[in-house]
Amino acid sequence: MSGDPVNRHIDPATLAGSSRLSVQNATIGYDQRVISQQLSVDIPDKGFTVIVGANACGKSTLLRALSRLIQPSEGQVMLDGKAISHYPAKEVARRLGLLPQTSIAPDGITVADLVARGRYPHQKFIRQWSVTDEEAVMGAMEATKITELSHRLVDELSGGQRQRVWVAMVLAQQTPMLLLDEPTTYLDIAHQIELLELLSGLNRAAGHTVVAVLHDLNHACRYATHIIAMREGQIVAEGAPAEIVTADLVEQVFGLPCIIINDPLAGTPMIIPRGSIPHVDAVSLST
Amino acid sequence: MSAIDFGRPTRVVRLFDGRLTFRLDMKVTGLVALMVAIALVLTLLTLASGEYQVPLGEVLGALLGQAEGRVHMVVVEWRLPRALLALVFGAALGMSGAIFQSLTRNPLGSPDVIGFNAGAYSGALIVIIGFSGNYYQIAGGALAGGIATALAVYGLAWRQGVQGFRLIIVGIGLSAMLTSLNTWLMLRADLEVAMTAAVWGAGSLNGLGLDKFWPSLIVLALIVPLVLMLERPMKQLEMGDDAARALGTRVELVRLSLLVLGVALTATATAVAGPIAFVSLAAPQIARRITGAAGVALIPSAAVGAVLLVAADFLAQRAFAPTQLPVGVVTVCIGGIYFVWLLVREAQRQ
Repeated sequence: MSGDPVNRHIDPATLAGSSRLSVQNATIGYDQRVISQQLSVDIPDKGFTVIVGANACGKSTLLRALSRLIQPSEGQVMLDGKAISHYPAKEVARRLGLLPQTSIAPDGITVADLVARGRYPHQKFIRQWSVTDEEAVMGAMEATKITELSHRLVDELSGGQRQRVWVAMVLAQQTPMLLLDEPTTYLDIAHQIELLELLSGLNRAAGHTVVAVLHDLNHACRYATHIIAMREGQIVAEGAPAEIVTADLVEQVFGLPCIIINDPLAGTPMIIPRGSIPHVDAVSLST
Repeated sequence: MSAIDFGRPTRVVRLFDGRLTFRLDMKVTGLVALMVAIALVLTLLTLASGEYQVPLGEVLGALLGQAEGRVHMVVVEWRLPRALLALVFGAALGMSGAIFQSLTRNPLGSPDVIGFNAGAYSGALIVIIGFSGNYYQIAGGALAGGIATALAVYGLAWRQGVQGFRLIIVGIGLSAMLTSLNTWLMLRADLEVAMTAAVWGAGSLNGLGLDKFWPSLIVLALIVPLVLMLERPMKQLEMGDDAARALGTRVELVRLSLLVLGVALTATATAVAGPIAFVSLAAPQIARRITGAAGVALIPSAAVGAVLLVAADFLAQRAFAPTQLPVGVVTVCIGGIYFVWLLVREAQRQ
């Protein structure tokens, strides 16, 4: 990362052609169960890509394939022009960080110790704690505002704090690309926004390529520069939120009738489900 | 000191222009040193006490080769091999337990979990009862039985990789089957043969000499460095397979290597002394509670294991002297006390 200020607020659309991470004609699944067939995706470089879709549509599976947790049975995942399966494990981990849906904090581990585990791909048996390691861990804790917590036990933290610790661990990995599988799921609304602001900031200010699976479509529209909408293992639409998010698409992807208005603050699309409106009588609704 | 507050007394060591760097938890380091000291003191006591009491000064003299005649024979030739075996086997069992508890993420993890001891006993029984084999043949049979069982459990638990929990369940199942096989074998054997088998099955250091110590030490000296090199990836595995893999850990390779090495550590002790229960189960948890560090750790577990087995063997020799107990009987008793303590603790917490 150059940190060149000129690069800071580049419209990701102008970079649409460049992609360091892509899926090419891949068949992905578990055991005999195929989730996605003939799937091809380019992850826009330096963008904030959000993958959305109904439960069990294959969005997490796509993220797992992108991060080499599963191997496509056909086709390839390409990282920097080479099949990801051809890289040594640690080399992938130096380019691409992943926050899985579930991770386990070992019993009795402190915050700083957990964050330091993110340095693993940069370390060797004889070089377990270099100056760079120390700086990376300090930087990651500062960026996620957990420096004050560094001596605390992870078990004692609130859900929001704990998630920031895990993000810090992935940041300490110092990878240009960050993949996150439903990072906001167990957080309350304020902590969800806090985390998304953090990720958005990392994307814009630090130039990280961020890819996240999110459940909340309104969050996706607000923060994503690129949305990938999936249904039954296939990609239904992809592009900037303002270009692709329509009532039709939401109906098609989630089966949810809705109307789309503009977010009064950001101007991005905002989804209002139709459903029933229990507290308003039918007369005022029709006006 | 480190610029980062790890919440524990941490010292950063950087040598040779930063080519050799690591973090030291000073509390863990201090406690390990203390454990080693306790183990050595207990060893000296074992060497000094017995039917023929030797003053500590003469024990040290004998160890330095300055004693003659009776003192030399008692201390160096009779008592020393056994004490040394208790030290190194205790450490090996403690380290082996730490490996299995880390891999299974379960405080009940131990080589027994994947059926090693039940399998080793089956192997030994077949050699003792079927072929009335000698000491080395029994050791070989135990090794073969234990390793074959461990491999079978690993293979049966495999489904696109091995998970700790599945390993435990399959291990318990296979162990139960082998235990019933062992009972059947014992029932079929003549009384005298069955007695020999039972003595082997209790696990004992009685009458073992230096001829057993040196080969054991050499084998362990080959295994232990490999285990220590895998400690960092082992700790990564504790965060879950996905997180470990995402951080560049070769999950299945690391897990299989650790299983093999963990079995090898226990197998060395079992082949020589028979199955010694509970040290590998209790040592990692005791070490964890003493140090307060995250997860189970190899070296502290080894140090506690050494203390436990030396202490247990001291009791085995002295508790009902002149009757010598098999050390396995003592460790089972200690293990029972440990479980009661664990239960009381858990009950208090809830």
